[in-house]
Amino acid sequence: MSTDTPHIGHVVVVGAGMAAHRFVESVVSRDTGPLRITVIGDERRLPYDRVGLTSFFAGAAPDDLVLDRAPFDDPRVTLLPGDPVTSIDRRRRTVHTASRTEIAYDALVLATGSYAARPAVDGAELPGCFVYRTIDDLEGLSAFVARRRAELGRELIGRVVGGGLLGLEAAGALQGLDVACTVVHSGTHLMSAQIDRAGGEVLGRLISQRGIGVRTESRTTRLDPDRTGQVAGLEFRDGSYESADVVIFTVGVRPHDALARAASIDCAPTGGVRIDETCRTTDPSILAIGEVASFEGRCVGLVAPGYAMAEVAADRLLGGEATFPGFDESTKLKLSGVDVASFGDAMAASPDALDVVYTDPVGGVYKKLVLSDDATTLLGGILIGDASAYGALRPLVGRPLGGDPAAYLLPQGGVEAPTGDLPDDAIVCSCSSVTAGRIREAVHEDGCADAGEVKACTRAGATCGSCFVAVKKIVGTELSALGKTVSNALCEHFDMSRRQLFDAIAVSELTTFSTIVARFGRGRGCDVCKPTIASILSGLVGEHVLDGETATLQDTNDHVMANMQKDGSYSVVPRMAGGEVTPAGLIVIGEVAQEFGLYTKLTGGQRIDMFGARLEQLPQIWKRLVDAGFESGQAYGKSLRTVKSCVGSTWCRYGVLDAVGMAVKLELRYRGLRAPHKLKLGVSGCARECAEARGKDAGIIATENGWNLYVGGNGGFTPRHAELLAEGLGDDELIQAIDRFFMYYIRTADRLQRTAPWFADLDGGIDGLREVIFDDSLGLCADLDAAMAKHVEGYEDEWAATLADPEKLTRFHSFVNAPDTPDPSLAYVSERGQVRPASRAEREDGSVVIAGTTLEVRR
Amino acid sequence: MTTIERTSQATTSWVRVCALSDLDVERGRAALIGGTQVALFRLADGTVRAVSNYDPYGDAHVLSRGIVGTKSLADGFEVPTVASPLHKQAWDLRTGAVLETQGRDERAIAAYPVAVDDGQVLVRGKEA
Ligand code: SRM
Ligand SMILES: Cc1cc2nc3c(=O)[nH]c(=O)nc-3n(C[C@H](O)[C@H](O)[C@H](O)COP(=O)(O)OP(=O)(O)OC[C@H]3O[C@@H](n4cnc5c(N)ncnc54)[C@H](O)[C@@H]3O)c2cc1C
Ligand code: SF4
Ligand code: FES
Repeated sequence: MSTDTPHIGHVVVVGAGMAAHRFVESVVSRDTGPLRITVIGDERRLPYDRVGLTSFFAGAAPDDLVLDRAPFDDPRVTLLPGDPVTSIDRRRRTVHTASRTEIAYDALVLATGSYAARPAVDGAELPGCFVYRTIDDLEGLSAFVARRRAELGRELIGRVVGGGLLGLEAAGALQGLDVACTVVHSGTHLMSAQIDRAGGEVLGRLISQRGIGVRTESRTTRLDPDRTGQVAGLEFRDGSYESADVVIFTVGVRPHDALARAASIDCAPTGGVRIDETCRTTDPSILAIGEVASFEGRCVGLVAPGYAMAEVAADRLLGGEATFPGFDESTKLKLSGVDVASFGDAMAASPDALDVVYTDPVGGVYKKLVLSDDATTLLGGILIGDASAYGALRPLVGRPLGGDPAAYLLPQGGVEAPTGDLPDDAIVCSCSSVTAGRIREAVHEDGCADAGEVKACTRAGATCGSCFVAVKKIVGTELSALGKTVSNALCEHFDMSRRQLFDAIAVSELTTFSTIVARFGRGRGCDVCKPTIASILSGLVGEHVLDGETATLQDTNDHVMANMQKDGSYSVVPRMAGGEVTPAGLIVIGEVAQEFGLYTKLTGGQRIDMFGARLEQLPQIWKRLVDAGFESGQAYGKSLRTVKSCVGSTWCRYGVLDAVGMAVKLELRYRGLRAPHKLKLGVSGCARECAEARGKDAGIIATENGWNLYVGGNGGFTPRHAELLAEGLGDDELIQAIDRFFMYYIRTADRLQRTAPWFADLDGGIDGLREVIFDDSLGLCADLDAAMAKHVEGYEDEWAATLADPEKLTRFHSFVNAPDTPDPSLAYVSERGQVRPASRAEREDGSVVIAGTTLEVRR
Repeated sequence: MTTIERTSQATTSWVRVCALSDLDVERGRAALIGGTQVALFRLADGTVRAVSNYDPYGDAHVLSRGIVGTKSLADGFEVPTVASPLHKQAWDLRTGAVLETQGRDERAIAAYPVAVDDGQVLVRGKEA
């Protein structure tokens, strides 16, 4: 063995997957002098993030999945993609590849991963049957689905065979491709390898609620083709039969150990190249890492142990003493809308383990903690339906829980994540093996000033992201312990918070960015402070968003008064106050959308959005809309969005007040009001609350006694119900209360702070707010009323004003030297009768593309 | 390190793109030079900068529509920047080097030489 020879010569890595990537990164990041690494991979790509594979269906291009390229740009590293290694000659220390290249090694690292297994039944290889492992698999699957759907002219039926973690992810992906889908599982319940039966049943219900069928205790025995030879159905052991147009097998993975076996390297009987805790195989110059490696008789299909092995292998080759500690098998399901996590000894396999279970079958929640026999040490657990405690609990595995176990299981809000006092050696991020101590060190020694910097510096939270909340928490605690109050500086150009800056600008009466930055800041600003100052100025000065220097401060959305979409085109949302629109208005919208070839959809805010408008088309489109009486819906601004209404007393048999009328009135009053974040209102005609008003910044609900006003609600990332501020208000009282509420918020909230978190931080809570608004406890009311009056008076439709000013229109030229030439890179395909942006693959192969949305109709 | 694409001198020439007065201070404009989309920026100090209009993270030609600003580097040196309107990655307008990756890998963009002559903006690039 050559463990202490620092001169390691030529290292050859077989397989260019995730473990290989980490290995190369680890070696090159330590300055190791003369060494060469050659990585040989059979996929035709740079190593990519297999864990994030499913995001391919959410629109990620293959390139987005590529892992950090930097280690492979290192001059000492060579990547040979698309050339599988076919044999190892241990005596001569060489490997051979399919392209008949022979490469000599001083040390060889096997990182060939696993392949996805197919069940050994007839028909498993039929066209239409897929596995779910590589980008190529996914590209094949989505191309097949598109083609098969066109061929059959109907919705496709999909079956996922195998109800583990991967199967559920694949089912979500099929659903995303609009394929009606059922998961077929041979066990008694879903994810039977990780969770117990009671939990599996709760999970089954959650999955069904998501529109995915579940069929358990069904073993597939045969697959049949139709006349065209493509898969058409599955037969089960009980003789029943179900049709299928596309099938994905997720029945497990098998280590890619054929090379090692052929070279007589010792392999486990169940598969996998046997390694010791130094990651060496029975041949001391050959190491194995990742899913292909069998440690203590097992291979584990998770990335974290593979990364840990990669670090050990790198360290050992460079003369270090690292050892592989064993597998951490914690997992979290990445299927949106379904929370499932299991960690540690989830199945309570340890002798005398106790479990504490909380279930709410109606709410779809099942949580179990596995504890040592004296009920003090946490051994593992399962969280279904609400996995919010995952990040906090996982690092505690093997440690005293420090509290009543039940407290961790009760519905959210009960306990604070205990990460503040985690011991230094507790692993917080298992993807990258980052301990609490390392995170603290990043704050204290590496000078990281926030969780984002800690992520960049330690990689904690950079892979699956499930630990990031816990990371943030530790960073926050450390910073405040250091006495460094978590900085509230807006950005590197201003040391003040938004609120302080608002006051500074108001007092100094400065009205341009240049004077403000010269007086209170430094440099020429950035994408954080410029839009903030634009928003503050619009409240204080109230000029058109495209006037003077202010125009240059705006985000593209505000600058061109439309929302930029992923391909650089824009969406157009005319205002439909209260969700009301006339038949004539609808016809105009229809005509405009048709003429300009725009994709049309109803928004979640009760109005119509038209997508795919090019920069240079925006004025033409808005000309048509403004002529027909529409105005900007300001879907782009940090400003009033919509006032959602229910039909109310005008039509509804339960309505007690005119909800639509009030909604229209409020929307017209607050339209164009710029704020730290967007503002939404809702008005319901009775307590049945069909307008979901309590999910809004201001929610108004009609009662027999007048309007009830609720404030501080929102949907979005952290949903919160609005709280009752006042009851039984008349129309004018209601409006005055909302005026003051909004203006007080606008003056005092932080950048991008919606009313809910602002309100949560407010001194005195709801009572304090009531005193400010109704008892004028701060003596501010007259100011707030005046500011709102000024806003209402000064309102003008930004689009009408822009169209009237030819100078402003030059901003919509696509190119300064070719004002009407469409962006030549835009390309669309048709889907369900409308356009959508072509994916990168579609653009590259060019076959299905409609160039530019409207070329065919407008040119 | 990622390599920055540089247009080779042999096949390029100075192309007149627009008048300086067509550009607003600190608000970019796109230009078509041959088949290439270039983003032009006129800075507060009067300099004009040209970089690729293509956002390599967002896979769309949008950089001319980003917010212009500055960033001070570790040595205190202040460099002009543009931030993508899609996901806020930011680049050095002088060199095309990426200064803010938002946690992604480093992807630099091409930077093109610019000259201002007699009120006209010239960019050295490939002619059609
Ligand atoms: C178009 C629309 C989705 C749809 O097809 O229905 C939409 C689309 C966007 N939403 Fe939304 N939201 C839309 C209704 C909603 C709703 C439902 C509602 O308003 O009742 C919500 C939850 C309610 C709420 O806001 O409390 C919603 C919560 C969000 C959030 C999360 C806010 C939060 O506080 O957590 C964001 C992110 C943000 O603003 O920072 C967001 C951001 C966005 C952005 C701006 C994201 C972006 O930067 O591209 C999208 C741009 C709109 C566009 O391109 O036109 N959107 N968004 C809906 C437009 C409504 C409208 O007519 O203006
Ligand atoms: C959809 C999906 C979701 C997942 N989600 C998670 C998750 O949430 N959490 C988690 O921990 N894990 C998850 N995983 C598992 C994780 O991706 C793997 O554990 C990880 O990729 C293993 O890394 P590896 O380097 O060992 O193998 P791989 O990444 O598979 O890399 C091995 C590479 O070697 C190549 N190769 C094989 N044989 C040869 C040869 N003879 N010559 C050359 N090259 C060869 C293979 O083609 C492959 O490119 C998921 C996997 C999938 C498919
Ligand atoms: S809230 Fe519902 S029930 Fe009440 S008026 Fe509106 S639509 Fe009718
Ligand atoms: S646990 Fe996956 S990124 Fe930290």
